Amino acid sequence: MISYILARVLQSLVVMLCVAAISFSLFTYVGDPIANLVGIQSSDEKREELRESLGLNDPAPVQFVRFVGRAVQLEFGISYQQKRKVASIIAERLPATLELSILSALIALGIGIPAGIFTALNRESWFSHLILSGSLVGVSLPTFLIGILLIFIFSVQFQLLPSFGRGEVVQLGFWSTGLLTASGLKALIMPAITLALFQMTLIMRLVRSEMLEVLRADYIKFARARGLSNRTVHFGYALMNTLVPVITITGLQLGSIIAFAIITETVFQWPGVGLMFIQAINEVDIPVMSTYLLLIASFFVIINLVVDLLYYFVDPRLRVGRGVRA
Amino acid sequence: MAKAPLLEVRNLRVEFPTRHGTLVAIDDLSLHIDPGEVLGVVGESGAGKSMTGAAIIGLLEPPGKIAGGEIVFDGQRIDNLPDADIRRIRGRHIGAIFQDPLTSLNPLHTVGRQITDTIVAHLPLTARQARTRALELLREVGIPAAAERIDHYPHQFSGGMRQRVVIALALCADPKLIIADEPTTALDVSIQAQIIVLLKRLCSQHGSAIMLITHDMGVISETADRVAVMYAGRIGEIGPVSDVIHSARLPYTIGLMGSIPSIGEEVERLVQIDGSMPRLNETPPGCRYHPRCPQAFDRCSVERPELIAVGSSRVACWLYDDSNQAQTPLPVRAAAKTNRDSPRINGTASAKPLIEAEGLKQYFDVSPPLLTRILERTGRRIVQAVDGLDISIVRGETFGLVGESGCGKSTVARTIVGLFDATAGTISYDGASLSTREERARNQSVQHKMQMIFQDPQASLNPRWRVSEIVAESIPRSRRAANGGVSARVGELLRQVGMSPLDGDKYPHEFSGGQRQRISIARALGGEPEFLVCDEPTSALDVSVQAQILNLMVDLQRSLGLTYLFISHDLAVVHHISTKVGVMYLGRIVEWSATHRLFTHPLHPYTRMLLDAVPDISKTGTQRTQVEGEVPSPIDPPSGCAFHPRCPFANDRCRTETPKSIMVEGTSIACHAVEEARLPSWKAA
Ligand SMILES: Nc1ncnc2c1ncn2[C@@H]1O[C@H](COP(=O)(O)OP(=O)(O)OP(=O)(O)O)[C@@H](O)[C@H]1O
Ligand code: SF4
Ligand code: SF4
Ligand SMILES: [Mg+2]
Repeated sequence: MISYILARVLQSLVVMLCVAAISFSLFTYVGDPIANLVGIQSSDEKREELRESLGLNDPAPVQFVRFVGRAVQLEFGISYQQKRKVASIIAERLPATLELSILSALIALGIGIPAGIFTALNRESWFSHLILSGSLVGVSLPTFLIGILLIFIFSVQFQLLPSFGRGEVVQLGFWSTGLLTASGLKALIMPAITLALFQMTLIMRLVRSEMLEVLRADYIKFARARGLSNRTVHFGYALMNTLVPVITITGLQLGSIIAFAIITETVFQWPGVGLMFIQAINEVDIPVMSTYLLLIASFFVIINLVVDLLYYFVDPRLRVGRGVRA
Repeated sequence: MAKAPLLEVRNLRVEFPTRHGTLVAIDDLSLHIDPGEVLGVVGESGAGKSMTGAAIIGLLEPPGKIAGGEIVFDGQRIDNLPDADIRRIRGRHIGAIFQDPLTSLNPLHTVGRQITDTIVAHLPLTARQARTRALELLREVGIPAAAERIDHYPHQFSGGMRQRVVIALALCADPKLIIADEPTTALDVSIQAQIIVLLKRLCSQHGSAIMLITHDMGVISETADRVAVMYAGRIGEIGPVSDVIHSARLPYTIGLMGSIPSIGEEVERLVQIDGSMPRLNETPPGCRYHPRCPQAFDRCSVERPELIAVGSSRVACWLYDDSNQAQTPLPVRAAAKTNRDSPRINGTASAKPLIEAEGLKQYFDVSPPLLTRILERTGRRIVQAVDGLDISIVRGETFGLVGESGCGKSTVARTIVGLFDATAGTISYDGASLSTREERARNQSVQHKMQMIFQDPQASLNPRWRVSEIVAESIPRSRRAANGGVSARVGELLRQVGMSPLDGDKYPHEFSGGQRQRISIARALGGEPEFLVCDEPTSALDVSVQAQILNLMVDLQRSLGLTYLFISHDLAVVHHISTKVGVMYLGRIVEWSATHRLFTHPLHPYTRMLLDAVPDISKTGTQRTQVEGEVPSPIDPPSGCAFHPRCPFANDRCRTETPKSIMVEGTSIACHAVEEARLPSWKAA
């Protein structure tokens, strides 16, 4: 038990270090950090002095260790463009992205999983066919197009929902939330749906195909042959087995919701980290870019870790060793 | 009629609507089972055996459906019951057991939970009472330490133990009928014997009848009271077991019985039925067997025969119709007996071995990753698949290697042909050493003289290549120009294995399993080998097709002077084809000798146990001796003689000292009991 968890945690740390290395090289080797700190007129001696004092002349491994040490303390340097701490820029922006992503994930899971189960159990019903054909639209239309369509219908035609921004936000300590005001909630609807749609159809199709596969398994046939009720067979036996493989992929999908938020945030001018990243690219703001990279990677790694641990509790084949084979 | 039958199937018809019209899988099938009776249902794959069983319990896979006839169980018609009612019969009155114990249990629930779920679904018991009953059942099916094991998950049980759990599940509500579909096919011989004995004992204690579906005639012959022989969705012959097996009347049954190798008999060639079972969309009119029947006459291809009483059996064949005067049925088993203890080709009496391996070891490292090992404080895990094996094969002979699954047979084969690098030991071929990769590279031309044939022809043929390309690939570059070029050689090879050169233009999927195995033999012959290693070449095939392949192998051996290493878990097949037989247990050959000697004077306790356990058509109605225990894991083999935990003759020396091979009257044997002359003699054969 402990060893399994420890092994997973160690693995995650290794992955994080690799990402940190990429982020570090971006930071160190792309562009000249000094050029962005000092004015054009400053002398070469001055630059060299600054270089020395910032430790930029140290060997790369030393710099890397320092970089990691600072990252652990959430020190990511100063934005070239805004001349503010990157950490505080992100702290300001992150709540918007997290609220959007979590709501989207809830929509994707809350509709995707039941719809997948329904379409697997009622393969021939017209409603399943309807859901399935509808889901084709979800996978085939690009996210930005769906966003623009929604804006066109609900903002331009009917003027029901705002087309950009977060609406009014309430500050709860460091966290700014849009969930407590009517305009904030209204502003959240369209971006959340846009972001959820693709993952929802994916999860639904995944659950459906996995469940169909499980329903064909021998132990399901044997359970039926023992006269167990459909409810026991479907929800006691088939569903659990369906969710085991679905958990992994769904976990990764949730990670990509946060990553994909870039597009949705751009379409709806949502003031989150995605939008911040796009701006940083335009302005070649390397510290912001590399921090964003680190942030997204750590989300993926954390989600992956949680998934692995979940796995451990769901699947006895991991939890209980073979033990005595009598 | 004394008693009403327990189950009666009348004129059952099962159809599959498909895009290309309706396929009839079961056509006008009638049978009955009396209370407490064991009815065997045999037939080759695709005969519709499983489907008959599934139709009875209302579990046909959609789109399959019952399109006619009726099924009456215990006086009640059950084929047209609503879902909820048939569910109440399933498990409660009719239990079922399926083939693969590894996949029959839900991996996420403990076995205890699966049993109590089922008990509670049928019997008015509380959860606590259900658990008590589950425990009783587990004890009854012979699970040791049941009180502890009840809370274990399926993956913690071995295959044999899982099948016991499956039987407990099928029996939990004391059903009157059990439909067992290939219950032992996925198991090893010794486990198979245990399961059959258990199933029979429990059913007679509980008074349950069994419908035993299997393709294994040996299992049927010692288990069943009556047998139904199915062919292409119909019953061809049904009657008491001894009649059907020993004096079959239907030409198909006669052919089938002749094509099954038996350890009670030595024949040079098996009876061969050409062709294979028709596919559902090309069922012939009239008698479905007529394209393959050696005795078919005019009437057979136009009119369908129905079952008529002949003696104590019922047979569907025009030969037995009163109006038939022209034909008489063939006698059973017309094949001639020969003595096969000498090699099939001449001039090879020299004892100089063609291929020789000494002290062969093949270890596999299956350790978990280093990190896990450190955290869990476990060491490396090494599978000792082959552990000090000696073998020598003389030119022209067929060396049969038998043993239960996991004992290392396939590893031996792969190591000898050089697919694995041996961990230790030497291999030499005709004097040339081939022990290491360097030696094999140096002796390329010798290496080419060894070829291998695999079990699954499907997996070993590239599906995107034409047959001619597959076969041509094996022809060495130096030989391509000779004898009229590659295509002529491919044609010749295909003809050698009984196929037409025209088949070269087709793709592997257009052929049946037996034909694909012929193609892989043709491919193996392309390099003009002298020595063929055949790893279970017929295990995936039906018996009638197996007979064709075995006959082909015998013919090729004679015409091309081949030497075989023939690996199989099937003792009867090995007995049939081999001149010498070696018995493997946990990575070693524990006994080998000439075939006849080994089967009549087995010395090693394990060989004796296997011979006892093997189901065989010569054993109709006989009781088998119960065999204890299972093959231990090759990761941590028992000390001393690896067989000692299961051996009735084990003593302290056996537990500590590994026995060495000694020669006793032409038999090489590794057993302390033999050496110390304290082994009782084998029951007179
Ligand atoms: N879903 C399906 N659709 C169409 N045909 C099917 C389907 N399932 C089975 N069949 C066909 O029905 C016939 C009978 O199948 P069945 O599984 O009962 O044979 P069997 O005698 O049990 O064979 P085996 O020994 O291989 O299990 C076969 O020809 C098979 O190909
Ligand atoms: S009816 Fe004719 S074809 Fe069919 S088994 Fe009898 S003799 Fe052969
Ligand atoms: S050596 Fe001992 S344990 Fe092994 S087979 Fe012989 S008697 Fe049995
Ligand atoms: Mg079958």
